[in-house]
Amino acid sequence: MTEPTAKQIKDEKLYQQWGLTDWEYELISAKILKRLPNYTETGLYSVMWSEHCSYKNSKKVLRKMPNKSDRVIAGPGEDAGILDIGDNQAVVFKAESHNHPSAVEPYQGAATGVGGIIRDIFSMGAQPIAVMNSLKFGPLKDGQTKHLVNEVVAGIGGYGNCIGLPTVGGEIAFEDCYEHNPLVNAMCVGLLNSTDFKHGTASGDKNLIVYVGAKTGRDGIHGATFASDEFTDTKNKQRSAVQVGNPFIEKLLMDACVEIIEKHSEWILGIQDMGAAGLVSSTAEMASKAGSGLILNLDKVPQRETEMSAYEMMLSESQERMVLCVKPEFVEDVLAFFENYELDAVVIGQVTNDKQYKIYHLDQLVTDIPVDSLTEDVPEYDREEVQPQRMIDEQDYHFAPEITDLAATWIEMLQRPNIASKKHFYQTYDSQVRADTVVRPGSDAGVVRIRGTKKAIAMTNDSNSKYVYLNPYVGGQITVMEAARNIVASGGEPIGITDCLNYGNPENPEAFWELDKSVEGIASACEKINTPVISGNVSLYNEYNDVAIYPSPMVGMVGLISDIDNVTTSAFKDNGDLIYLVGQTQDDFNGSELQMAQMGQLKGNLRDLDLDQEKLNQDLIRQAISQKLIKSCHDLSEGGLSIALAKSAFDNDFGFDIKTKLTTAQMFSETQSRFLVSIAPDKQADFEKMLQTDFEYLGTVTTEPEYKVTTATDSVVVDGKIAAKSWKEAIACLMK
Amino acid sequence: MKFAVINFPGSNCDMDLYYAIRDGIKQPVELVDYRSESLAGFDGVLIPGGFSYGDYLRSGAIASQAPIVKEIIRFANEGKIVLGICNGFQILTELGLLPGALIKNEKGRFICETVALKVVNNETAFTSEYQANEVINVPIAHGEGRYYCDETTLKELQANNQIAFQYCENVNGSVEHIAGVMNQQKNVLGMMPHPERAIEEILGSDDGLKLFQSIINYQVRVNN
Repeated sequence: MTEPTAKQIKDEKLYQQWGLTDWEYELISAKILKRLPNYTETGLYSVMWSEHCSYKNSKKVLRKMPNKSDRVIAGPGEDAGILDIGDNQAVVFKAESHNHPSAVEPYQGAATGVGGIIRDIFSMGAQPIAVMNSLKFGPLKDGQTKHLVNEVVAGIGGYGNCIGLPTVGGEIAFEDCYEHNPLVNAMCVGLLNSTDFKHGTASGDKNLIVYVGAKTGRDGIHGATFASDEFTDTKNKQRSAVQVGNPFIEKLLMDACVEIIEKHSEWILGIQDMGAAGLVSSTAEMASKAGSGLILNLDKVPQRETEMSAYEMMLSESQERMVLCVKPEFVEDVLAFFENYELDAVVIGQVTNDKQYKIYHLDQLVTDIPVDSLTEDVPEYDREEVQPQRMIDEQDYHFAPEITDLAATWIEMLQRPNIASKKHFYQTYDSQVRADTVVRPGSDAGVVRIRGTKKAIAMTNDSNSKYVYLNPYVGGQITVMEAARNIVASGGEPIGITDCLNYGNPENPEAFWELDKSVEGIASACEKINTPVISGNVSLYNEYNDVAIYPSPMVGMVGLISDIDNVTTSAFKDNGDLIYLVGQTQDDFNGSELQMAQMGQLKGNLRDLDLDQEKLNQDLIRQAISQKLIKSCHDLSEGGLSIALAKSAFDNDFGFDIKTKLTTAQMFSETQSRFLVSIAPDKQADFEKMLQTDFEYLGTVTTEPEYKVTTATDSVVVDGKIAAKSWKEAIACLMK
Repeated sequence: MKFAVINFPGSNCDMDLYYAIRDGIKQPVELVDYRSESLAGFDGVLIPGGFSYGDYLRSGAIASQAPIVKEIIRFANEGKIVLGICNGFQILTELGLLPGALIKNEKGRFICETVALKVVNNETAFTSEYQANEVINVPIAHGEGRYYCDETTLKELQANNQIAFQYCENVNGSVEHIAGVMNQQKNVLGMMPHPERAIEEILGSDDGLKLFQSIINYQVRVNN
């Protein structure tokens, strides 16, 4: 194929197909280059100026996030953020979305999502220690959705199991809005045995650029642009934009990179993974950050296919590739080191000091542009915002559930896919490889110990887009606080978050308002509990035939457990233990799972979240755990008290006998800031004394799996065996 | 007693085994590269779990062609201790050091879970610390762990007491619930469950510890 000429690109407006607007093209040709960009150059601009790479639509909003605390060593702008956890150790983490690829090619889309986020962690020199994921799909009704779910889950497991990292937790939710636009978010956490790290920079004239890892093919070309567009019936088959993963190569690459940085730090000046927009994004960012220029010779790039053009090589998103900046005197050592791991490693270019980005292909200079024009000169948009009309129309609506049969509603709620056990999925993930997993999937947070210390890391992925849909600001706050309660209930101190911001088209003022307000909510909650946002990504354009998903921010929170003896799980431990509900319950049914069950839709506004009260309750629980007063602790979330009680009883086949002031309906209320706790009887006085907040003593844990409950309005006995069976088997049953 | 943990490209439980020996039973242990051609100085060989060579072709098939393999075979034939766990078990069957094969789980899916195992033969180098018929909790994590052998082989295994462990509940569809088998001389054991992940109470179980202690006690008996 002959490439279109620069003039053809302009005259036929070919740049539009790649996502550049007329105005952006004009800016590039008239102001930046003062000439017409050729085919390769236009391709580079189109990916680097995509939302996925440049955050041009969301930057203004993202600046509202707090990213400082005493622990922050690196924040947004690096491959992943880093937090100090004492003893000269640091925790490194990031989450990333792979929504669009997973919609088109679910197994590979999900697998390479996991692969990509793992590379972001080891490119910081950190040893990855665990992965998690947050998934959203349409209802489990038709074969197509079930296929999608099975393939995504298989892709995540296939990659994580093979590379040998435990998947220690996650979440899966089902709502109509995700039917054609599933969300696949993955998070990786790593450990750095040093508070020093390698920046992703390419500095110093004549230093060398080394390419390491898998060969470059034609897969994933324009993946970043593709991720910055929406799906419709007619354009949902861009399979060439999906990458193919190879976890075996990544395992070698991971071990090699961790070892080279740990043992031969002096050889390497900078390291970065080739993620979205592959070679161009990684090298341009490395050079731009260092204030350098770069010359690349594409003929040196290891290639899997023949006759690839410069454009194809630069934009390929082939997986399992890294870029290193190496001092010339060490280059032979570096190449030999990777050869020992049987990995391709070649010098493909060098650093210059003229701030130009030059690419040679077949001995021709095919690109010569200012490096900063790819990264720094991207226009930043100030999008129009409008509060969604539905919020104005429905702000006074209050859903008032009617429950005529508490036992029946209870069982029905336990079977709802959003509440039912997800073991059917997570048992296909290796959750224990590396032999450090203390709390496996199924409790509030996953916990991984740090071998040789008393410390452990708690981690959780949380989102509740139903709340965010009804009230983005409060919903954003709740997302953070629910994650924090999961960390706190596990015995940890929340220390920071990463996020995936999954939204609709930012050019739609209502969608943009949702993004802006929910980020403000996330920011205010993070400030309250001192959890800076140290990394993350934005996935906009999640729409199908112009209908957007619910605004769906996902928070990945990490907590530090300073003493592993404080690790707490949600399961009741012993017969006769006392059960408490900590926090006040109100009629919070808007956005609840009960509203979906009874009305089949979401309606109404959310009550403001009292951040002071929320923080107080979290602090009290942390204090109680550190004073060894608590035997089990569970955050109350979807389905409220009734679901929390049942889930705490299931693990060890216990029952309970309780009496509460709550009404029967309030057993399902989703008021925030609450915990369900069990304690040994001899700790009662100490526990009640320290609990300077609203709480209610409910009753006791019993040996027989029977749930005896007296509410303000009802009295029932539920057969715990039936409840457990309903909860455990619902998903497997739906997946048949 | 000095142990070698063989490291193939794609092994991912090598460090777990290493720590189980170093910290669990406090014995000398070294990682040995798949390109090495000598196991001189070692008393026991451990082949870890993982996805050697990405499970390409067939689990364990490519690893069984690596340079170190000749040495493993020599080691086994001399009656020294060889233990293969998960992918290590698959490699041992590929090598013909153990009878049978491991095929895709009955339900076709990967399973990670802590399961109950029955100690079938407690009079071996690997199991002497357990009681006969003792039930122990050990994690499994595999997609291709369904043990298969033909009728004749099964009869031989039974007649010669070569079955070390059985699943209490047949999680993957294995012939006769088999979770671990030995060679005729009973110095080579392959098992799908991961005893190296059951070394500490805090990780959910320490029932795997006795397996490694059994090996040491056996070696002490041999040396005396």
